[in-house]
Amino acid sequence: MAKKTATKADAPSSRSSSRVKARDAETQKKIVGLADDVTKRALTGADPIITVPTRTKSNTLWNAKKGILQMGSAAQERQLFNLSQAKSFMQSMLHASSIKDLIGAEKTLSLRGMFYKGLHTVAGTKEKTFEDQDESDGILEDLEVSLGALREELHIYAKKRGTMVGNITIIDSGDEIDCRRMGSGGYAIPSITEPDVIQFKKCEAKFVLHVEKDTVWGRFNEDRFWEKHNCILTEGSGQPPRGVRRLLRRLNEELGLPIYCLLDCDPWGHYIYSVIKQGSISLAFESERLAIPNAKFIGVRSKDYHECELSDDVQIDLNDTDIKRAKEIAAYPWFEKHKGWQREIEGMLKNGFKMEVESLITKDISYVTEEYVPERLRKKDWLD
Amino acid sequence: MASVSAPPVSDTVKPKSKPTAESSSGKSRSTRGSTAEEMASRQRDISVSEFFAKNRHLLGFDNPRKALLTTVKEAVDNSLDACEEAGILPDIAVVIEDLQPDRPATAKSSRYRVTVVDNGPGIVRKQVENIFGRLLYGSKFHRLKMSRGQQGIGISAAGMYGLITTGRPMVIHTKPNLKQPAHHIELAMNTKTNRAEVTVDDETGDFPPARLRSVTPGAKAFANDGVLLNPSDFRTGTSVSIELEGRYQKGRGSVDEFLELTAIANPHARIVFVPPSRSVVDDDDSLPLTRKSGADATNGTTVAAPAIAVTTEANGSIHFPRGVQELPPETKEIQPHPKGIELGILLQMLKDYEATEKGGTLYQFLQDRFCRISPSTASSMCSAIKCTSRTKAADIEPPQAEALFKEFQEAKLPPPPTDCLAPIGVRQLLAGMLKGVRAEFYAASTREADVYRGRPFQIEAAIAFGGDLPADETARVIRFANRVPLLFQQSACSSFKAVTETSWKNYNLSHPRGGLPVGPLVIMIHMASVWVPFTSESKEAIADYDEIRKEMKLALMECGRKLGTYLRKRQKMRREGERRDVFERYIGEIAKAINAINGSDAKKIYDKLLEQARERTAVADHQLDEDGKLVREEEPDIDGVIIVGQPAPSLASPTSADAKRKGTAETPSLF
Repeated sequence: MAKKTATKADAPSSRSSSRVKARDAETQKKIVGLADDVTKRALTGADPIITVPTRTKSNTLWNAKKGILQMGSAAQERQLFNLSQAKSFMQSMLHASSIKDLIGAEKTLSLRGMFYKGLHTVAGTKEKTFEDQDESDGILEDLEVSLGALREELHIYAKKRGTMVGNITIIDSGDEIDCRRMGSGGYAIPSITEPDVIQFKKCEAKFVLHVEKDTVWGRFNEDRFWEKHNCILTEGSGQPPRGVRRLLRRLNEELGLPIYCLLDCDPWGHYIYSVIKQGSISLAFESERLAIPNAKFIGVRSKDYHECELSDDVQIDLNDTDIKRAKEIAAYPWFEKHKGWQREIEGMLKNGFKMEVESLITKDISYVTEEYVPERLRKKDWLD
Repeated sequence: MASVSAPPVSDTVKPKSKPTAESSSGKSRSTRGSTAEEMASRQRDISVSEFFAKNRHLLGFDNPRKALLTTVKEAVDNSLDACEEAGILPDIAVVIEDLQPDRPATAKSSRYRVTVVDNGPGIVRKQVENIFGRLLYGSKFHRLKMSRGQQGIGISAAGMYGLITTGRPMVIHTKPNLKQPAHHIELAMNTKTNRAEVTVDDETGDFPPARLRSVTPGAKAFANDGVLLNPSDFRTGTSVSIELEGRYQKGRGSVDEFLELTAIANPHARIVFVPPSRSVVDDDDSLPLTRKSGADATNGTTVAAPAIAVTTEANGSIHFPRGVQELPPETKEIQPHPKGIELGILLQMLKDYEATEKGGTLYQFLQDRFCRISPSTASSMCSAIKCTSRTKAADIEPPQAEALFKEFQEAKLPPPPTDCLAPIGVRQLLAGMLKGVRAEFYAASTREADVYRGRPFQIEAAIAFGGDLPADETARVIRFANRVPLLFQQSACSSFKAVTETSWKNYNLSHPRGGLPVGPLVIMIHMASVWVPFTSESKEAIADYDEIRKEMKLALMECGRKLGTYLRKRQKMRREGERRDVFERYIGEIAKAINAINGSDAKKIYDKLLEQARERTAVADHQLDEDGKLVREEEPDIDGVIIVGQPAPSLASPTSADAKRKGTAETPSLF
């Protein structure tokens, strides 16, 4: 691991500090504005409300031109004097106040940290302010959209998830990190991968291979795939968190690297691809900086069962939920008119089974790294 | 008893069997056919008394248990009627003594002495034999007036039953005059002649009979408290004792149930019941119904809230106190309504009129003997059947009478007057229900009078809900006709049909199709009428006339709506209370958070938000006191509803616990 040195640590932070300070001041203003509004309403006897843009499918618009999902203009009011909303109203106020503290102290907290910061017993009762972290996480996502501020602007980060190795050197919070020398564990992609945290220093890689989970990633890393093929290897532990998506987007946008995704042949894999490519419903407001419209789906494909002559043992039957989900995905506007994807999903439904990336291991331990992916890349056999 | 009403004045019933039907019997077998003379020698009057002596089930004496109940019922009905007619608040004591306390435990029945004492006007000496010694002798049959008894059969039939089963005469003490001693009369009925035979006739200063005050420990306890037969309460009155073969057993259809229900329907009466020291068999073995209601339901001897007349118990004896101090309004007697009579009756009425008013005119007859016929209606009816206003009633030929009868059916006449009816009244109904049923919500309603077959009637209903009533059983229906409880044949009764046809689901109750609603519910229905149409002689169920059932349903719906409103209100209050809790809980946190963000005055924000929360949940304040408990609200005069908070603890519990410890029977409980 790169050692942290005083000079290196100071340089980027001082460079970004003025920008960060301005940004923080902006966020502070938003939070105070929220509180002022509630104060005014309370003192005039009006209904205290917080306006929360709606994060639902119905309020998600497909921008065909940009090829991403965007949030619509619908918003709902969170009312204090509504039985089902009273508690979340209170929670929103608690979190708003915590965030103001954080910004004032120039510190950041994890989602879990925020949960604990807001957690106490409501005065005069035995009720806790938050039942669990999920409740707290939801409130923070709502606050992001209400305030129009991103999570990192609120000084909050998520749990680290996702790993990277490859022919690239980056600077993370002032520390230079050579991703060629990450051993078997790889570089853990932080939750915030904005330019003020991570800068790209030197990159020889020609593309990025993103795989679904760390077991597959481990296989590729052990086989030094990134070395042989001069690429960057990432994984997102299932649906990639924002940090991974933002990093991929930056690699794609700033360094012009194509992104190839190796995901399971099941509705979940297809969905992950869709999220990487167009954005997700719940984070539609961030699609502009997360989505990678030109990301490519390299596999596993429904045709592989025959093409790669896989054994029957790899089949996992599609259940009713899977079939329903597959049909939903096939109807997404960005897949609906895509013949390749329609064929792909049909093919899977016709097969009647799912396949995981690991199923390729039944051919040979390194089949996926030595034959499958190189062959697909060579033939340019992918979906996009 | 409609079937015996045919020739009301006559003492006899004509033999029904045709002479030829008897020809095959006994003696005259050799000749095979009897001569008309021989047969004529066997044909004779059958005394009403004989008829009923043989058909005692028609009068409610089918079995020993029911016989005991019927005896009590007839005596109590008479007492209440007499008191009310004399304008006296009824004070009634019912004492049942076990005359064979040493009988084996397996005995199916025992000999009892039933004594009912009232504080009514008493009976003048010369009428005693007629009232107690003759069947079909009474003041109530010949008139259309609301009263409990109708035919004048009851008490004499009870005496007759006693005489048949024990050979003992009826003992009557009656004191019609304040200043003179009571008459003491013992009489036995001669069933052949339908006349009483007096065996003892003297005077006594012992009224009310002092002996009754010490027949059981319970009686003694009540007597010491001045509750039982206090001489100052019985300045006039009548006491009737009948010895009979009977069976005393609690539960459905018992004396206890009858008296409890009577107390509910007659809140102006005070009733004390001294049961025998021992009942025929162990209750628990033979009457699951009793045990059930006794075990998991409210103890009928206690009431929901203090400050209301409370039924008390001492060693098995029960005191149903007076719930209200006013007598029911006096009812007027009415003439029959033209639409309510039949042709034969009309002919008979014409004949009777001729007999009393020699040479009376039809014009006068119509106005005198019917209600709602004005002079102009009378003259137009006369001309319609081609008579003048001077035509004599005696001259009306049957065809003309028939034309007149038709005229009656077609004429537009106002309905009969309703001042002949004395409904129990909403306030009294509620008082009665409060006394007998331990619930949380009570509603009552009295309908306007209506008419069936030309006879006015009025329906009342009351419901009690919640409290200690069993929640998972079907509703209990209690039925009354002219304030008399109806204990048998529930499903044959019009009221039962009305209950099952009412949509209780609309009032937030569960209601299986075609059955009784399920829930902690008691439904009471009362029919007041100058003539209640019973389905049988023993007066157990009300006949199912459409008009009656419709009124019953409307009355039930009124009560149901009140209950539905209450249930919804209760639900809403609970919800609003919860809402307020939620809001108030969070407001403090919010004020603190806002203060931390923009430095606003936390206290000010808190107060303002609290104010808003209170306004928004104002509904929760309607009936909540500071502890958040329901406040008792009593405004029965306004909308016929009483709501009781937490049912009061059993006020009779010390004594009933005492009773249990001593191994005596449990208190009677209906609900």
